[in-house]
Amino acid sequence: MTARRARRAAAGLAAAALSLGVLTACGGDGGKPTLNWYINPDGQDTLNALAKSCSTDDYTIKIQLLPSSATDQRTQLARRLAAKDSSTDLMSLDPVFVPEFANAKWLLPFEGELKDKVLDDDVLKGSAETVTWDDKVVAAPQWANTQVLWYRKSLAQAAGLDMTQPVTWDQVIDAAADNDGTVGVQANKYEAYVVWINSLIQGAGGNILDPDTVESGRDAKVTIDSKAGEDAAAVIEKLAKSGAKQADFTTSNEGTSLGQMFPDKGAGEFMTNWTFVYKNYEGLVGKPGGPADKAGLEDLGYARYPQTVQGEESKPPIGGIDIGVGAYSKHPDFAKQAAVCVTSAKAQSDLAVNEGLMPSRKSVYDSDELKKAYPADLLALWSDSVDSGGPRPKSAFYSQISSAIQSRWHSPTSVGPSTPAKSAAFLKAVLSGKALL
Amino acid sequence: MTSAIANEAKAGKGKKAKAPTSDRSRSENRLALKLVALPLALMLLVTAFPMLRALYLSLFSYSLTAPDDRKFIGLDNYVTALTDSLFWKDTGNTVMIMIITVAFELVIGFAFAMVMHKVIFARGVIRTSILIPYGVITVVSGFAWQFAFSNTNGFVNSWLPFVGDDFNWFGQYHSSMIAIMASEIWKTTPFMSLLLLAGLAQVSEDMLEAAKVDGATWWQRLYKVILPNMRAAIMVAVLFRALDAYRIFDNIFVMTAGANGTESISFLTYRQVIEQFQLGIGSALSVLLFLSVLVVAFIIVKLFRVNLADARQEG
Repeated sequence: MTARRARRAAAGLAAAALSLGVLTACGGDGGKPTLNWYINPDGQDTLNALAKSCSTDDYTIKIQLLPSSATDQRTQLARRLAAKDSSTDLMSLDPVFVPEFANAKWLLPFEGELKDKVLDDDVLKGSAETVTWDDKVVAAPQWANTQVLWYRKSLAQAAGLDMTQPVTWDQVIDAAADNDGTVGVQANKYEAYVVWINSLIQGAGGNILDPDTVESGRDAKVTIDSKAGEDAAAVIEKLAKSGAKQADFTTSNEGTSLGQMFPDKGAGEFMTNWTFVYKNYEGLVGKPGGPADKAGLEDLGYARYPQTVQGEESKPPIGGIDIGVGAYSKHPDFAKQAAVCVTSAKAQSDLAVNEGLMPSRKSVYDSDELKKAYPADLLALWSDSVDSGGPRPKSAFYSQISSAIQSRWHSPTSVGPSTPAKSAAFLKAVLSGKALL
Repeated sequence: MTSAIANEAKAGKGKKAKAPTSDRSRSENRLALKLVALPLALMLLVTAFPMLRALYLSLFSYSLTAPDDRKFIGLDNYVTALTDSLFWKDTGNTVMIMIITVAFELVIGFAFAMVMHKVIFARGVIRTSILIPYGVITVVSGFAWQFAFSNTNGFVNSWLPFVGDDFNWFGQYHSSMIAIMASEIWKTTPFMSLLLLAGLAQVSEDMLEAAKVDGATWWQRLYKVILPNMRAAIMVAVLFRALDAYRIFDNIFVMTAGANGTESISFLTYRQVIEQFQLGIGSALSVLLFLSVLVVAFIIVKLFRVNLADARQEG
């Protein structure tokens, strides 16, 4: 009897809870519209504050969190958009997803006055290139990421390397190997390894896919099998065979080589890595993995991304986040206004100062807030790198291209002169649907 | 539902007696048809439609992110899949996982079934505790075993005398496969033993006693009386588990995400459709997966001459 009564009570409660839920759902419809903004987990505090300050009397921006891995972010957004989800209003997109999403017509282009607002002359070239597709502006650059060469000044000095001049990968690897140092890169089987390969190839004047045909998707011309491809393979091969290689070389990622900059033993490292590195070491002064004291931090140097070929300007990698507006949004005009607001110069300055996410606008690098937070020469290096960096292939099939490259270029210890040709054949087969990935 | 089963049982009895169909049983049959019509329609909607749709999509080159480029290519997707070494490698993995896990589960499951059948004290507690792993969600089981095998916070390395404390089980192919299969076996053995317990209950005590009186040893009773009388139940258990094991996905997804060549055929399909949005080739792979499940079922039924009617005790 008691059991039955308990069950009845539970059922009653459940029914009550359910009807309450239905009622509140109804109540929400009448008020001002809510714009859902899907963000990746970087810089949540500032993004939450931005959502609040960019909400107006017409709409409220609500933050929705995406998973932390880039692959999961992409699949979750794509699943929603493929199902024509009307509640996906704004989304933070990794630049490589933009062509894919735009080609599927999942992004609403910015037009007229709004277009001029999100993409004016102030936007750095590297970032600007990531938001256009088919001559339309399909997203608004919010922040830009780039890689520079981080190094210990003492190590470079011991090697007699003049870091005021551009250095090559050859020089860096030799300098580290001969002076008890190491070279930190990202060579695990994942996206950042493709970032490295792409920058090496572009640094030698080549491309994975022909930039003139890359937007034609499956029909793009594969150009990785070239002199530039071989130059890139030679750098990877050299590091793989060098004493400067780190122990976890084949599974290295953005985090693994951080600890080698100020190691207990050894002279430190040269490391190509994203902009977050500076704040990372600044916060680690006197702690394990960081410099011993303030003077130790002074020994952290930074220079332009190394050249693949002597004399040819390097092409630093470009990353960051672009804001897209969902094609099935119920409030497209509000969503576009909101996108303009969350990518404004003020928003970019907040993101840079509070979260270390660097601006995609030139003028923000010159602002007083940023100059207070970062050394002026570092700001100049970053903005210069973003401005002259090289994009990854702008293709609607980018994720397949990336996987195909990973499958033939990993493990980095197996890379040799024949790797570009092998990967070109496989990439062609994948693009034409003749091979499984 | 209960009335449908009752009807079926009655209809079955009528057939046995070979009596001419009476008005009553005919009207009962009609009622039965009416009763199953709605569920049947629903089932067609939720199972047949997606299957036919997959079959249709498999004939196209179709990427979700390039909807305008969709074009009919006939059987090209099947040719691509069947001539690709990755497909055969993953099929090999899947078959290996299926054979090894089902073999282990059959032996351990039978032992558990015997325990559950014979136990006299604390019957409920023992039966329940044997069944607990089956109640655990596969993803949770995958994570639990991943932690157990982990070289940083797991206990397996310190328990096993022949591996070093820092051995990385997920660093290479063979050890990864062992970890995946351990999780799979742990989780589904109870299901196997449940099916076998039902079979054990069918073995008549009279036969066992007669064998005992004739002087048969314990082994002889097992081989000559228990197992032959359980054949139908064993085969159903093997069939169910084999088909289930052939579709293995969760454990691989959680434990290795397909690294070091540990992909199964389901995982390959998942990657084509969900990660790469290649609906065409992905659908072709799903169809091939479906066909291979049919082949496995056919082989098991033919090889062991299982009469499914036997298993349902209709014969």
